[in-house]
Amino acid sequence: MLTARPNLARDILIAAVALALLLLLPYVWPNKMINDLVIRVSAFALFATSLNLLVGYTGMVSFGHGMFFGFGAYAFGLSMQRLGVSIPTAFLITVLSSALLGLVVGAISIRLKDIYFSFITLAFQMLLYSTVIAWVPLTGGDQGLMGGIPRPPFLGVDLSIEAHRYAFAVTVMVAGLLILRQIVESPFGYTLRMIRDNTERASFLGINVFRAKLTAFVIAGVFGAIGGMVMALFVSGAYPEFVNWTMSGEGIFMIMLGGLSTFIGPAAGALILSVLNDVITRGTEHHGLFLGAVILLFALGLRKGVTDFIADWLRLNREAGSRGGN
Amino acid sequence: MNLVALTECLTSASCLVTQTTSGLIIGMLLFLVAAGLTLIFGVLKVVNFTHGSFYMLGAYLALTVNGLTNSYFLAVLAAAIGVALVALVFERFFMSKVYGSNVLMQLLVCYAFILIMDDAVKIIWGPEFKSMGMAAAFQKPPLFIAGGIVPVFYLFLIIVTLIISVVLWLIITRTRFGTVVRAAAVNPSMVSALGINTGLVFSGVFMLGGMLAGLAGGLAAPVRSLTAGMGFSILIESFIVTVIGGMGSIAGALLGSIMIGLVRSFGSIGFPLFVEGLMFLLMAIILILKPSGLLGKEG
Repeated sequence: MLTARPNLARDILIAAVALALLLLLPYVWPNKMINDLVIRVSAFALFATSLNLLVGYTGMVSFGHGMFFGFGAYAFGLSMQRLGVSIPTAFLITVLSSALLGLVVGAISIRLKDIYFSFITLAFQMLLYSTVIAWVPLTGGDQGLMGGIPRPPFLGVDLSIEAHRYAFAVTVMVAGLLILRQIVESPFGYTLRMIRDNTERASFLGINVFRAKLTAFVIAGVFGAIGGMVMALFVSGAYPEFVNWTMSGEGIFMIMLGGLSTFIGPAAGALILSVLNDVITRGTEHHGLFLGAVILLFALGLRKGVTDFIADWLRLNREAGSRGGN
Repeated sequence: MNLVALTECLTSASCLVTQTTSGLIIGMLLFLVAAGLTLIFGVLKVVNFTHGSFYMLGAYLALTVNGLTNSYFLAVLAAAIGVALVALVFERFFMSKVYGSNVLMQLLVCYAFILIMDDAVKIIWGPEFKSMGMAAAFQKPPLFIAGGIVPVFYLFLIIVTLIISVVLWLIITRTRFGTVVRAAAVNPSMVSALGINTGLVFSGVFMLGGMLAGLAGGLAAPVRSLTAGMGFSILIESFIVTVIGGMGSIAGALLGSIMIGLVRSFGSIGFPLFVEGLMFLLMAIILILKPSGLLGKEG
């Protein structure tokens, strides 16, 4: 690209301010519970925003995105445990292997449209899940990756220190969201929107729809896997729940809760659902019952995400303002 | 991988008989679930992700009724009727509210119900594995067919599921309800314009689908261990079946179910650790060759 996107500077500024605020948070409000929440939300924000690249921007309702989250956690954990590589190398292995996974699963799944696509992605996720459960010598089966993930220092960063872990997680999250933002605002991002709104027209205009969708699928998979990697670093392990279908269900709920028509909506949804999950887990042992009830209330009552309401409200205000000016 | 064992089995009549029977049972029970799923999809264009939970509920209802009455027949009947009623409530008060919305809302409602039903089962029946035990009527020495061992109950299951399939086929092709259902699958607004209450048809289809899943759960209860997660694994298999056979095609569901049943039973001998993988492999191959499924319509 020869011409820089007009809003690039603004996006970088917002990202820098957000990162600075998040990095300052532990000094202003030193609270381990809040720190842990921010790290988990960082992982989920990457997961949900990457899912929204498919659902919100391309109209591909993947119900198997948890596959990448879990794969990222296991790929990273196994690289560290078995290969004894440095964290940046393990990061690279995670990115490359999840891209390969996205390429294979995507090449098969994208042949199917609409709801067929949803459940073939789910089926692939469950294949990975049953492999993780069955391949005990490698993955530890339903116990998960045990023994902790080694965290050797690199470039002056020591992730065995909690403050470093926090800074690393929020930096990866903000950088990841900034990159995803550039992707959705690029010409490629607008191609995806056109495919979502009118696939036929896009292909008449000479766009290779299959290739564009596959590219989106691979990109989303890689960022979903990075989310899983942040999670694996945080819990120092990887568990089958990361690969289970409920992960994908939660991802869908996150983007709906936050609102899929704004870029930041899914990340907001990740925050809301994480807080909600904490509250439910603390209050009752019947987690499914209560989370299910909340989801039903949302789906049958609210029907729109939080940032959708804010966006509507802002638009109404602006319209009222312009009317008042006339 | 154990190809030697597989070859030995394929060349021995006794092993062939035993594995084919067990494959047919897996397949026919799967068919009852997948048929409801594909029927609901064909008419309502909604994928009912809670269908596996209906199967699970059927199995647990059968467990309780069997415990109370000691009658396997009543247990299966209760499973079918009970789940049909649950399906009706689910359709009328929840699912019908999101027919017009996008797929995401339907996914969310189903997701919520899977969570709620799994938790409800844990609360009512407890989180541990349950088993129902074989009814006294079937505690007989197994039959020997060509040297292969076939338990009496297995034979009973195959016959009963075959009868249900024939009845289902007769309902769809020979009754007025079936005609309306087939018409609604093609053009619901035209059916509605002809003065037929499509809302009622939708509820009926949902009930029929739920009843089939409940039946499958009840029938399978003596030979399966019951647990809160059992619904989801059969849901995934039903999806694979419908993708292989073609969404909306009941004949396709039958073909796909039997294929999956045989792959499971023979695969467990040749590739014991990769049985699930084999099913996905089969699905992937069929999707690449014919994306609309074996008996699905193009487009």
